[in-house]
Amino acid sequence: MRKFRFAAVVAVPVVLLSYPSVVPFVGDIFPRGSAQLKALWAVMGIAALAVLAYSGNQFFTGAWQGLRHRSANMHTLIAIGTGAAWLYSGAALLLPALFPTADMVDVYYDVAVVVTALVVLGMAMEVKARGKTSEAIEKLIALAPKTARVLRGGQEIEVPVEQVVVDDVVVVRPGAKVPVDGIVLEGASAVDESMITGESMPVGKSPGDEVIGATMNTTGSLRFRATKVGADTALATIVRMVGDAQASKVPIQRIVDVVAGYFTPAVVIASILGFVLWYDFGPTPAFAYATIVAVTTLIIACPCALGMATPMALTTGTGLAATHGILIRSGDALQAAKRLDTIVLDKTGTITVGKPAVTDIVPAEGVDKDTVLSLAAAAERDSEHPLAGAILDSAAERGVTRIGVSDFEAVPGHGIRVSFGSRPIRVGKRAFLEAAGIDPGALDDAAARLADDGKTPVYVAIGERAAGVIAIADPVKPDSAASIAALRKLGLQVVMITGDNRRTADAIARTVGIDRVVAEVLPQDKAHEVRKLQLEGRSVAMVGDGINDAPALAQADVGFAIGTGTDVAIEASDVTLISGSLRGVVSAVEISRATMRNVYQNLFGAFVYNGVGLPIALGILYPFIGLLLSPILAALAMSFSSVTVVSNANRLKRFRLQEVSA
Amino acid sequence: MTPDRIIVTVVGLAAAVGVAWFFWFKRTQGVAASAVSDGYQEQMVLVKGGYTPDTIRVTAGRPVRLLFRREETAACSEQVVLADFGKSAPLPTGTVVPVEFMPGDPGEHEFTCQMGMLRGKIIVEAA
Repeated sequence: MRKFRFAAVVAVPVVLLSYPSVVPFVGDIFPRGSAQLKALWAVMGIAALAVLAYSGNQFFTGAWQGLRHRSANMHTLIAIGTGAAWLYSGAALLLPALFPTADMVDVYYDVAVVVTALVVLGMAMEVKARGKTSEAIEKLIALAPKTARVLRGGQEIEVPVEQVVVDDVVVVRPGAKVPVDGIVLEGASAVDESMITGESMPVGKSPGDEVIGATMNTTGSLRFRATKVGADTALATIVRMVGDAQASKVPIQRIVDVVAGYFTPAVVIASILGFVLWYDFGPTPAFAYATIVAVTTLIIACPCALGMATPMALTTGTGLAATHGILIRSGDALQAAKRLDTIVLDKTGTITVGKPAVTDIVPAEGVDKDTVLSLAAAAERDSEHPLAGAILDSAAERGVTRIGVSDFEAVPGHGIRVSFGSRPIRVGKRAFLEAAGIDPGALDDAAARLADDGKTPVYVAIGERAAGVIAIADPVKPDSAASIAALRKLGLQVVMITGDNRRTADAIARTVGIDRVVAEVLPQDKAHEVRKLQLEGRSVAMVGDGINDAPALAQADVGFAIGTGTDVAIEASDVTLISGSLRGVVSAVEISRATMRNVYQNLFGAFVYNGVGLPIALGILYPFIGLLLSPILAALAMSFSSVTVVSNANRLKRFRLQEVSA
Repeated sequence: MTPDRIIVTVVGLAAAVGVAWFFWFKRTQGVAASAVSDGYQEQMVLVKGGYTPDTIRVTAGRPVRLLFRREETAACSEQVVLADFGKSAPLPTGTVVPVEFMPGDPGEHEFTCQMGMLRGKIIVEAA
């Protein structure tokens, strides 16, 4: 700002003394053609040279460096423009005989000084605003904890976080930051992961759970084994991925790059041709008019607004996404996400939790729910069937009585039989009970109803009597239905894809409000189904996990990988949702649309500004309404245009996402 | 047409053609990155109003390390982007910043500042 202040201080007297018609006493003291006026011009010339040399030196050095590389930039335009104004004035002062008529002998030191002041001010404002666009990534970097408490030789010691190695046992006290990624060994607590995942509610942690570095422990104490340290932590990966995305290019930028490559030399050529036309056909004094038009043309052109239009919006948009736990891999992904019209959701693990759980227990008459669960848990204790885990978890959760059984016998595809004293317990399909001559009676109605809801009914019998039915299902995530409704509100068609049978798939789809279901799809065929949708002319996003769904994620126009805690760098995906919630898809689409809207606004503004400003500067309006732009106004417009582009990009930071409540 | 107008027209048109030739029709041979002991092809690039050298020739299939050294404070050049290789790096003034990538098939790839104003070229040649 020192450079601006110096130029501004010099500009005030130079401007006042340059307009004798506006400031009357100037004309009286310094009459035209007098020696006093020449002396005044000489002083103004020296002051203007000081401004060019001090405040505007970066334009001349930048232009010179550019010329050495045979390239032109904004510095070239400003340097030629202000330099031409100063040289013309110098010639008027020292060599007036060169000018064909006396009224052409005038100085434009005010142009050189004021243009320099305004452009320097614009650049300072632009640098400040540009700093704000990358605030998000700086905030992420600042999250990294500095120290960690680790167990070394049985002692708990504090070490710099860089010294933590994999397999160290790390201690996290209440209210402290989790220093690195790891798996909980001991303790229980809730951890605020909002800074990484965007999830506002603290997440409960107990042994076996994953903790993410840089998140905040709340009330309990935890001990965990470090699994990822240094550059491998989730935070470090996020910072790297966001940085790479911010430096990538939105496809539309490639067109802008071509234009930008020709732009600055084209402006120089336009300015020369403008000079020639005004000299040949313009009013008198032709040389003065031609010079002013050429200088104004150079000054008004703003290659910076063009160059900054997309990178600034991309930086702000990807940063905004990262603060909501959404990692957008590149500008290509962002532009593709804006165009989406169809979202394919994998059922298991995306719409549902991905882990079967007991949802209903229907006991037979005279039997209570806990007894049914207790009998089933006893039978399933040694089973390896996927549904057994759900029954055992539910039994542990409800704290049902454990009973001792013997003679475990599994009948693959049907069920399990064990002995409880002298009586057999049977757990399995209806046919398994029927084969043993057991009639489920009224339980059949309940089982049919549960199956209609997409749940798997498991019959339980003791002795020769049916005791109840347990329903097992993969529960829908709490916010899936609301997120799907929000996606539809955004005008997207939502399609569910699953390997499940049609009945289960339809039931889940009904629950969450999806009307198009592709069921009974083998994992390897998911990519083919995505392709089929694309052949219908749709722009398709696939949402799934990064491992089983990798081919489908890669096939889709945009692949959204549902993150699994610390594993954020999912190769097949264009977008990673760290929190694992479908809400992230809604936010990602909204942010992509807002960012691309911002890119188009900026590009439209930059193209219109240059497209309208350049012809006006060349004097296209002069023959019609007598309007010729002053170089000072051109400098004001030029500075304003680049500041506007950056400020518009910064507006994205205040973008409000749709509320999605579970 | 008066003589002064004829002179201005001829000189002006010649200058316009000269500007177009100067900026748009440059041809450079480029500098070949030199091989170093760890298998990398290495080249120092000075960043000052542009990239010197601005055309770098490398051999396909061998890793490349470009060492950028920025010797100016102008904000334009504070980041270098190798979009085709998915690489970018902030360039603090006075610091040597290595950017590594693996050149695939022969072809030409640009490296630019973030705004695309400063440009350089990497020519990947067949091994």
